Formats: sequence, structure tokens, C-alpha cells
Amino acid sequence: MAEFKLMKGNEAMAEAAILAGCDAYFGYPITPQSEVLEYLAREMPKHNRIVMQAESEVASINMVYGAAGAGFRTMTSSSSPGISLMQEGISYIAGAELPCLIVNVNRAGPGLGTIQPGQGDYFQSVKGGGHGDYKMIVLAPASVQEMADFVYLGFDLADKYRNPVLLLSDGAIGQMMEKVEFKPYTRPVVDKSTWATTGKPKSRNRNYITSLFIQPERMEVHNLKLEEKFKQIRENEVRFEEINTTDADYLFVAYGLSARICQKAMDIAREKGINIGLLRPITLYPYPYQRLQELASQVKMMLSVELNSGQMVEDVRLGVNGKVPVEFYGRMGGMMPTPEEIVHHLETLIQYHHVN
Amino acid sequence: MKNNNQLEELIVAGFGGQGVLSLGMTLAYAGMLENKEISWMPSYGPEMRGGTANCITIISANKISSPIISLFDSAIVLNQPSMDKFAPRVKPGGILLYESGTILKPSTRTDIEMIGIPATTEALKMKNTKVMNMIILGAYLQLRPVVSNESILEALQKVLPEKYHHLLPINRQALERGEAMVVELKVQPVS
Repeated sequence: MAEFKLMKGNEAMAEAAILAGCDAYFGYPITPQSEVLEYLAREMPKHNRIVMQAESEVASINMVYGAAGAGFRTMTSSSSPGISLMQEGISYIAGAELPCLIVNVNRAGPGLGTIQPGQGDYFQSVKGGGHGDYKMIVLAPASVQEMADFVYLGFDLADKYRNPVLLLSDGAIGQMMEKVEFKPYTRPVVDKSTWATTGKPKSRNRNYITSLFIQPERMEVHNLKLEEKFKQIRENEVRFEEINTTDADYLFVAYGLSARICQKAMDIAREKGINIGLLRPITLYPYPYQRLQELASQVKMMLSVELNSGQMVEDVRLGVNGKVPVEFYGRMGGMMPTPEEIVHHLETLIQYHHVN
Repeated sequence: MKNNNQLEELIVAGFGGQGVLSLGMTLAYAGMLENKEISWMPSYGPEMRGGTANCITIISANKISSPIISLFDSAIVLNQPSMDKFAPRVKPGGILLYESGTILKPSTRTDIEMIGIPATTEALKMKNTKVMNMIILGAYLQLRPVVSNESILEALQKVLPEKYHHLLPINRQALERGEAMVVELKVQPVS
């Protein structure tokens, strides 16, 4: 019998970080994720790990850069405005090919915005955010259980590809409590000795970490190497969940909290005789374009539901490539669409497109 | 429409400090102890600093879809603003349990079961105003036995930090008092 605990998403994520062997956490408090720093400040010292409240998010991410460069398993967490401040550091970490975990408990923006949940950081998360050609692997949990599970997965993927991984959550998933099981975890053995700056023994050359390649010829070689890595990631790491797609005439596409709300909307719509399914991207980068393309030859219309003004819908359209109508419904400002509201919008769209 | 305790979607709302969040959390914990699916979604932010507070607590035999919902099987409201906000969102046939000493204008709906109990006065009689929420929880469980009393008591033991364990007996008395008050009102449990 599994042993469950009742925890907030933020706390489950923090506990999983300890169980995953995170050596060092650097962060700065911000609602709605301050529980992470509180939890780790209390628990990490018991395990002889490092927790530091930095003077700012800029400092946090650069401390992560340093710790990752020295070969430590390291992470930071923040919420939207704080993550914006980290973008320069994230670009450097990606350029220097260092593994780390970054957690964004998304709140509604722009600017200071509100502390209520949002998904307005989708573009920032998957299309860049910082400068230059780089990608992060972006994992989107939709439950407290996944807040924990994706910490292990995130750290492992970061090590595997020597690349920053972003866990993109939101204020609701961070603040809500559900039961969570901490599954046994075996950390893959990763040899960091070829690159980590751990002090130079006589037996090898100096390890050198940089994102600076001043000669264009060398920089392009580095760019091509990174691109090859992102190609590998696109080929091997796409993750998604499908519910009720087998007989679906229509499809919701939604991630994180929106996907949970869409599940309820799906139940209501199906009771009304509308055969709708749900595709929930788990990795937002790499994105399940392929699967959407396949589903486009089955369903008559797709509806992307997001807590923003319409961001992921652009990726849905890239996947579908004009084959069927792709529509959008969203709320902003920390407001939540109700399942009934989503179903009403769906019914209007079905009529509008004459696709019933 | 109730479906044999397969799913209970509840909102608990009131002032910050009335024990709204801990009421929902205790219920969620008890649900977990009974191997049910549970979710507890609090309002957070300005509410935590003394305004109004609420939490959506869902207990289900099956996997829970949305933790955020707009219509409820039951509502527990402990102040007037929460009555005004959430009474219209109780599903027809549902339950609205309220603190009758604080709320002067209950909803006039007739398609839901309205039950008011003076839990604050009762808590004063017990010489501990903080157990008001447990009196309410006892009353709620008498109306909607979604979890057993044993599970609630076990949950309290887990939810309360050890330094407050000397308060377990008075919490148990408060639960029993709430149950008894509903029995005295002769309201039938809704299953």
C-alpha cells in the first residue's frame, strides 16, 4: 500500500528536491511560491545541503550557474516577475551547457500583475525568454503528484542533456493540496568529471566553463552543437497525456491547471453528447506537434484553453497546419474559466464552424 | 443530484481566522485516510492577511478533474459576504450550512437545504472560541457523512502540531456538539 501525504504543490516539489539529492537551492521569496524557500530552509540543513536566500533573483540564478558549473545538483524557484529577472542567467547557463532545475510558479502578468494563477509565461518558457538560440526542456505538472514526480524527471533530463530544465507550474497547482506519494527514486549515475570545475588534478587538462566564443567560426560550431542537442531532445523527450481521444470528434488542448478544468468541461460536454477528448502536453518543449498532426485527421475542431491571451494555441496551429479549425478560449488576470463557461464556448464554436 | 457519496464538492468560506482553511484541510486529510481522492484549493494572498478566506474541498471515489469549480454540492459559510457570494452557487438539492449568530440575512432559496446553527455561541459555552469551526464540521458531517468521525479524529491528530495535542479532547467535544445540534434540529442526513 502506497504511503500518501497531504501537501501543497510547492511543498511536494520542495520535498522531492531533497529526495532527488539536490545539493544546493538558491532563491528569493515571492508569492505564490514562498513555501518552497520556507520548506527548504527548514529541511535542507538537516540533510547537510545548502539553502541560500539570495539578495535578488538575478543573484539566485547566477549562484545556480556557479553551483551547476562546480558539478552540483542545484535549483532555484520563483514566480513570473522573478523568472523574468533570471532570463540573462538562464541564457548563460544554456550557453555554457550546465544542468539545473528552474521552477516557475506562474502568476498573472504583465508586470507585477497579481498573485493569482496564470499561464502567461508560456512564450517566455518555450520560445526563449533570454537572448540567443537556446531551448529549455519545459515540464508542465497538472497535479501535486506531478509537482513531485517532475522534480526527479527534471533533474535527470538536465543531467542527461547538460541543459537547464524548467518546471512550469502555476499559483493554483502550487497552493493546492492533494495527496502525494514519494516514489522510490534511483539517481542515474552521471559522470561530470569531463566538464565540472572541481579543481584540477595533474591527471587531466583544465575544465573550463563559458558561454563566450568570441570568434564567429567557433561560436557557430557551438551553436550547431547545441542545435543537435535540441534535435535529440525533440526526438526523444516529447511527453503528453490523452484522455478520451479514441472516439473524439473534437479536442481540447490544454496544459497544467487548464487541463484539469478542461477534464471537468469534457465530462459535462460528453453528458450533452459532444464527443470531445483532451490532449495535455506534459512537455511544452519539446511540443507534441506530431501527435496533434495525427489527431487533426480524426477530429473536426480543436480548442486550446489557456490562462492567457492565446499563446500555446500558436503551437497547436503549427502542429495542425491548417487541417482543421483551431480555436482559443482563455481568461487572464488570475481569473479562472469555469467548466460550464468552456462548454458554452465550445458549443458556440461547433455551431459557428458547422462541424457537428 | 447526489450519487451515494461518490463525489462531494464543497466550499468553506468565512473571515480569515475563523478556521475556514483548517476545516477543509481536516476534511481532506480524513478523506485521504479513507483512501479517497481529495483536493483542497485555498484562496490565497490578501485573504490570508485577514479578509475573507475560502477553500474548495473535493472528496471523491474517483480521480478528481478540476480542483477549481463554480457550483457546489454543499457550502459552509461563516460570514455574510460568503453567504451572499456562495448561496447562489449551491446546486439545487444541495446543502447550505451557516453560522446563524454571525449571518443575519440568510439566502431565501427554497430549492436547497438551509441549516443555520449558532456555533459561535456554542463555542463560547465551551470556553474556546477557536473550536467554532469544529462544531460546524461536526454539524456538516451529520448532514453529509462523507468521512467517518474516526477518520476526522485521526486527521486532527495529524493536522494539529504535537504541541496542540492537549486540545484534541475539546476538538472532539466540539465535533460531537455540532452533530448533536443538527440531530436536535431533526434534519435528515442527505446521502
